[in-house]
Amino acid sequence: MAEIKSVIGTQNKKGQTYTDPWKLLHEAPRTPSFFTGSEVIKEAIRRASCDVMIAYPITPQSEAAALIGELFAEGYVGDYFRGESEFAVMSQCAGASFGGARVFTTTAGPGTMRAMENFPMWAGARLPIQMIVTCRGINSPLSIQPDTLEIAYLLNTGMLVWHAETAQDFFDWILKGYIVSEEPDVHLPLALCCDGFFVTHTKDVVNLTPTDMCLPPYDPYRSPVPCMDMECPPVRMMRDPFVMKSNYISYATHASWQQEIWAAVERSRKHTIHWLNGLIDTENTDADIVIVASGTAVSQGREAIRMLEDEGVRCGLVKVKALRPWPEEEIREATKNAKHIFVPEFNVTGWLAKEIRASIPNPHRVHAGPHVCGGMTMPPEIIVSEIKTALGMKTFSLAGRGS
Amino acid sequence: MIKKRLNIRMSGLGGQGAVTAAHVMAMAANRDGKFSISNPFFGAEKRMAPAESYCRIGIERIYDRGELVFPDVIQVFHPQVITMGKSYTMPFYSGIKEGGVVIINSDVPLLSEEDVDRLKDLNVAVFYIPGTQIAIEIAGTELSTNMTMIGSVAGITKCVSMEALDGALQERFGKKFVASGGTASLDEAIKKKFAKKEMLLAKNLATVKRAYEIASEWGEKNKVELRIGNPAVAVS
Repeated sequence: MAEIKSVIGTQNKKGQTYTDPWKLLHEAPRTPSFFTGSEVIKEAIRRASCDVMIAYPITPQSEAAALIGELFAEGYVGDYFRGESEFAVMSQCAGASFGGARVFTTTAGPGTMRAMENFPMWAGARLPIQMIVTCRGINSPLSIQPDTLEIAYLLNTGMLVWHAETAQDFFDWILKGYIVSEEPDVHLPLALCCDGFFVTHTKDVVNLTPTDMCLPPYDPYRSPVPCMDMECPPVRMMRDPFVMKSNYISYATHASWQQEIWAAVERSRKHTIHWLNGLIDTENTDADIVIVASGTAVSQGREAIRMLEDEGVRCGLVKVKALRPWPEEEIREATKNAKHIFVPEFNVTGWLAKEIRASIPNPHRVHAGPHVCGGMTMPPEIIVSEIKTALGMKTFSLAGRGS
Repeated sequence: MIKKRLNIRMSGLGGQGAVTAAHVMAMAANRDGKFSISNPFFGAEKRMAPAESYCRIGIERIYDRGELVFPDVIQVFHPQVITMGKSYTMPFYSGIKEGGVVIINSDVPLLSEEDVDRLKDLNVAVFYIPGTQIAIEIAGTELSTNMTMIGSVAGITKCVSMEALDGALQERFGKKFVASGGTASLDEAIKKKFAKKEMLLAKNLATVKRAYEIASEWGEKNKVELRIGNPAVAVS
């Protein structure tokens, strides 16, 4: 029998050393760099041993997509091209992933919506594609500014969904994301979301691992299912589609497969906890008041907590990192002492507050808000004002822009 | 006034380099060992359309991001921000904090009597600098107007050192920089204005310095004190 050799310790054509992922992310030296979020996406992909990146321009992810084109020119990405539309891009991603490649793409707002048909298909076909979603407004009238409504649509696709707060989260989670989503008992696509502009176009300090170390390549033989070819058994999707056969077996097959996708999302829980150090982060959750948030709303919450401290009001914080798998038990535990739970969100419907209300006892404790939408900024002052109003404290009226 | 954080809002028009100015300021603050964050806010990228950028500099970690609703300093890169209302809000100074500073690139006064009174009530100082003229005189191109805006806010508040600005400019323009297509073509446009990249850096730095000196002198003469530091240990 031929000896099976590990690639760890060997070098790729760019001279990068394939490094044990845990060592790469937890033990390798880090260099502080002052970068935009888009530049950080590029730097993570430089170290991610990506085979294929497919791009289509849409603000605010265009810079990141263009920068990865630079990486391709430098030889760090196997193949790179532009699709005809987001729908084409996501279909082409599926093709590349079916072919055994580690695939990366980025999109935003209306692009996410246009490509939506592909996401449950990716999950159903068990393709561990990673897609960066730099959230922006999706409705008419047009907005290119951050709004997280599109995340709500991704929550039921069967994809893993994580919501990054900062560019540092992005750098680490892009690399960790591949590890989790390529586990044989998971093998699902990941939507790694952030609030566009607030992360992509913001310059911030990010600690980067060395450029000469990278993830081991994707091993398609770790896939738990055979490639679902269009024509070949065991699943001839075009020739023997279940939908064509109106009998009990076809329904049962489809139903059990849907259950299996969600079972795989559940199985990702242990890996996600291991790699992200928990599905949530908590601070001072023994306080009467707790802010629960994801993405940039966490950052604005941190500033609000500082302001409240100056006024003698103590407030805890829960940062929700993973939305799928959903940290139901963690949130229940973290909010068990809270009399008031505030959920600031950058969208009009308050999808996070709804998820939280459905997960905890005494859901009337949840104050859904403040909300901003359509690309508005959430100054920490409005979170402070919302909290003080709910507590019956005096607030001064905020003289903001436009007054 | 000593503040833990200085919030700077830069209101300009597309193509003027307001986004670059905020990035350079934040990069310089980072070089000085302060905490800083910069980010832009704009619609579809087009010349002469309103474009804003924000730079936050402080002595503790900064989480806040997005549009700066309550700034300490507002910089007006182009008269049309005021005269044609090319600002995200009317008036352009809404949200400014008490004791703040407004810096306007213009050689003639642009504020109405009402604006002057309202800013006076908030104890906000107004500084006019003919930034575009200075840019043409020293760098030979109006494209260096943003350098005079960088110099003027640094001169008045001393929030970043000239040494750090020099380093940040070299970091920004000294190497290949890939951003959006629009920014890339503007970078190319400005490079064509100078015979050599070293000349671009030297002339832009000289433009920053000139604005720094004028602004610094104005700040001292008018006793405008807006500094970053720990108010708890500040010596008045």
